[in-house]
Amino acid sequence: MDYHILREIADSWVLLALFLFFVGVWFWAWRPGSRSTHEDAAKVIFRNETAPAQDTEPTKSEART
Amino acid sequence: MWDWIKIAVWGLIALLAAIAANFARDLAYQVHAILVMLVAGGMFVWTVRTAGDEKGPAPTGYMDGVVRYGVIATAFWGVVGFLVGVFIAFQLAFPELNFAWAEGFGNFGRLRPLHTSAVIFAFGGNALIATSFYIVQRTSAARLWGGNAGWFVFWGYQFFIVLAATGYLLGATQSKEYAEPEWYVDLWLTLVWVVYLGVFLGTIIKRKEPHIYVANWFFLSFIVTVALLHVVNNISIPVSIFGSKSVQVFAGVQDAMTQWWYGHNAVGFFLTAGFLGMMYYFVPKQAEKPVFSYKLSIVHFWALIFIYIWAGPHHLHYTALPDWASTLGMVFSVVLWMPSWGGMINGLMTLSGAWDKIRTDPIIRMMVISIGFYGMSTFEGPMMSIRVVNSLSHYTDWTIGHVHSGALGWNGMITFGALYFLTPRLWNKERLYSLRLVNWHFWLATIGIVLYAASMWVTGIMEGLMWREVDAQGFLVNSFADTVAAKFPMYVVRGTGGILYLTGAIIMCYNLWMTAFGNRVPARAAAAAATPAE
Repeated sequence: MDYHILREIADSWVLLALFLFFVGVWFWAWRPGSRSTHEDAAKVIFRNETAPAQDTEPTKSEART
Repeated sequence: MWDWIKIAVWGLIALLAAIAANFARDLAYQVHAILVMLVAGGMFVWTVRTAGDEKGPAPTGYMDGVVRYGVIATAFWGVVGFLVGVFIAFQLAFPELNFAWAEGFGNFGRLRPLHTSAVIFAFGGNALIATSFYIVQRTSAARLWGGNAGWFVFWGYQFFIVLAATGYLLGATQSKEYAEPEWYVDLWLTLVWVVYLGVFLGTIIKRKEPHIYVANWFFLSFIVTVALLHVVNNISIPVSIFGSKSVQVFAGVQDAMTQWWYGHNAVGFFLTAGFLGMMYYFVPKQAEKPVFSYKLSIVHFWALIFIYIWAGPHHLHYTALPDWASTLGMVFSVVLWMPSWGGMINGLMTLSGAWDKIRTDPIIRMMVISIGFYGMSTFEGPMMSIRVVNSLSHYTDWTIGHVHSGALGWNGMITFGALYFLTPRLWNKERLYSLRLVNWHFWLATIGIVLYAASMWVTGIMEGLMWREVDAQGFLVNSFADTVAAKFPMYVVRGTGGILYLTGAIIMCYNLWMTAFGNRVPARAAAAAATPAE
């Protein structure tokens, strides 16, 4: 196991895997049905401003419905 | 039982530190050993006095005490770092300020790393720790994980700052830019950082929200990557267990490449990713609108971390580094322009439909100019990484101007905005003491940055052109001292800009102090807890 083996793996298979992962992120972000999830996630900052959510209380209810 | 173990451990640490101080081979190590001894001794006494006390019920609610301390520490270290910066700026203009009586402690070479570490790691680092603790609790709807571990992170980090700063003044440095602290300080920071990661990750894991809000992704990448960078760049072997000197394991161009892989990603993940986490929380909160595009923020995140990590070699153009490596760094730096501007657009467009707030709300104005400087310096940076541009700009003050338009403009302004946002909330006050003073701070800081950046562009390009000027016979026209003499007026302008920026920060401290501890601002009416948004 020397530098050249690492180098060849890095600029072939690892490069391909990282590239596919990156392209996959784009498809994942624009997947069908992601809009409502993202709208809900963007509003996380407006909930639970002053106190943590209680265990008993379903936290995501208001914005989800 | 647990108290007895703690007493024994603190006593043992104090004893070992006393022994180390006795055997110390250099002054910095000796001072540090005495500092460790005093802290451990103090903790020993405190643990003895509180041993066996009744523990109250486990606290509930958000853990904001550590965030309050973080806000104070951020403001304090900010003023210290800016003050040292102003002083060394005038040392460059007026070398007489390298006083003979302070030689070896207070000259430019010793104070410069003190300035850079104070503003990046003390001011910026405390801002990141405080805001990340605040944000991760709110967006996870959970109390900070790990009990007192959060306090350990805060105080451990302050101790790291004190060790680093005193070490620089006393001459303990491994001469790696932005990674100057010696081996035992590095080990201590590693411990603090691992606990920080644990606290942050633990809070995310026990979150009550289904989502991990995008700000937390940025903070997490900042914490994980800085840990990786710090450990790899600081692989060194101490010469003696009783001395501060250590020897790097890497040598030559490998060491240089490791250093700039570290150095540029310190910019990328400490000063960019972490502060983007702040942007993605505080800008939508202050504008009272959700972020412009959550999809764009996801792509922004992945593109930024995938590309930034390769940009380091642009610091080593025209060196022993192979051409393919510096070309790779250059190409990735240029590509990096895209995610940077994607993030800038996302931050600015969050205000769409609320543009009037820029006129009416000085805190929003501060955040907007911060994002503006982010966009400007992330355009300037890729341009300067191009090899032909770099041949003019490298080693000149243009680089210093670029760094400061990013650091003063982007990091400084977004942090000031965050401090103005946090202080009334953390101390339960209705509002800030004075918006007029925020306005003063805004204009002083903005004019200060403009003076700083403009004078450094002029002097940097002038200096670069003077260095490469040759006469008809091919001889260099200017000596180095000629460039130094030509730069004098711009150095004075730069120092003046620094004074304005420092004055703004002092006004901010007064304003925050009066908000938190003055009695002019009424307390917040009973908070409408658990009000769902919209």
